[in-house]
Amino acid sequence: MFLHTALLVLRKDFTIEVRSREILYTTLLFAFSCVLVFSIAFVKQGQPLEDAAAGILWIAIEFAGTIALGRTFERERYGETLRALLLAPASRAAIYVGKMLGILLLLAVVELVLVPLVTILFHAPLLAQPARLAALLAAGTLGFAAVGALFAAMLVRARSRDVMLPILLYPITIPVMIAGVRGTAALLQSPPDTASVTMWVGILSAFDVVFVTLSLWTFEPVMTE
Amino acid sequence: MNDAALDFESVRAADVSRNFGRRRALSKINLTARSGDIVGLLGPNGAGKSTLISVLATLATPTSGEVLYGGQTASRLGPALRRRLGLLAHELFLYPELSARQNLAFFAALYGLDGREVVDAALERAGLADRADEEVSGFSRGMRQRLAVERALLHRPRLALFDEPFTGLDDRAVTMVSDRLRALAAEGAIVIVATHDLDLADGLVTRIALVKDGRLLADEPAADGLRARYRGIVGNG
Repeated sequence: MFLHTALLVLRKDFTIEVRSREILYTTLLFAFSCVLVFSIAFVKQGQPLEDAAAGILWIAIEFAGTIALGRTFERERYGETLRALLLAPASRAAIYVGKMLGILLLLAVVELVLVPLVTILFHAPLLAQPARLAALLAAGTLGFAAVGALFAAMLVRARSRDVMLPILLYPITIPVMIAGVRGTAALLQSPPDTASVTMWVGILSAFDVVFVTLSLWTFEPVMTE
Repeated sequence: MNDAALDFESVRAADVSRNFGRRRALSKINLTARSGDIVGLLGPNGAGKSTLISVLATLATPTSGEVLYGGQTASRLGPALRRRLGLLAHELFLYPELSARQNLAFFAALYGLDGREVVDAALERAGLADRADEEVSGFSRGMRQRLAVERALLHRPRLALFDEPFTGLDDRAVTMVSDRLRALAAEGAIVIVATHDLDLADGLVTRIALVKDGRLLADEPAADGLRARYRGIVGNG
């Protein structure tokens, strides 16, 4: 029943997004612009600054993810549908997981565009170790989406939610960003420092366990007024 | 939790108060509604009607006091209680990007209902069977309101809570919704309707609860001359 509810919420969000494509286009455009502007600043005569590609990749994910979070929960605010979800007899944690999976899916699509873009514009061999890169991105994005979905849901009825979301989200997800950037930088070394990558993936996975557990635990009480 | 406990015969707010910061939205409300009742929660804007509806719907917790569903609290009955609650609030709880059918099918699935038949019947009752596959964003306020009423009643709730259910409805739709509420009460549901439209409440509600400034000023059987009674207790506010 838990999984059924989570998948129902995910399917509903997916159906709405397929119909409107509003969030996907907005986040993709933002991520694309972000990488393009940074590539102009940080790539001189075909040579990027050291580790710039790793930093830009994760900054673009974090900023695009913040937009996606805000817009996804804005939809639940319009018509107060989040209250309808909370009123349903389904597990509230399952509703949270459904929303989080929607963000994850969206960011996965954004990353599918971002990775080749950063590879081309920063001459970064990101795709040389696809499995390790996928592990870093999956673990990092999960940690970000876990905390982000919780905060975005908490702030859905707050008047200053657009300002409050990054203020709350960025300090908490700093460990994810550091681990993601350091892990990706290790991957881009020549030769790749695979031991470091494995370590950072492990650290990110540990963050994920903590963040997802805390979010599942706190979602119900924080959503009851 | 067994189903018998969830077929509660009454809901009782016992000394319920609710504060928002330093503002007291509800002050020691004592109110009982029984199976078959249609309770009109009447009062001016800002009286606390919507807050009381939220508390009864378990979406807000009382600052003090408790709500008893057949003698048991929401925390004791657990999430299964929500299967027996239906709420139509100010906002309609509908996704404008989805069609009428998709909205109802989503909520039916969320309540564990067997989809197609339930949804078709609800669309028929809402008078939207021929526009079932159109996006809700293209509907008039009245059509959305009718759809929202059916969404709230999809799972045949034991306690049906309505906050201004007649907003945006034409005469025919008002009659449809009123008849729907009467039928619901006749089936044994407890119906609570918050409204400040006394003309619509008159003749529909079987009890009235008059609220002003978060306080319950009267709780009595509905009788003729509702407007005069209201003015006598609440004033013109």
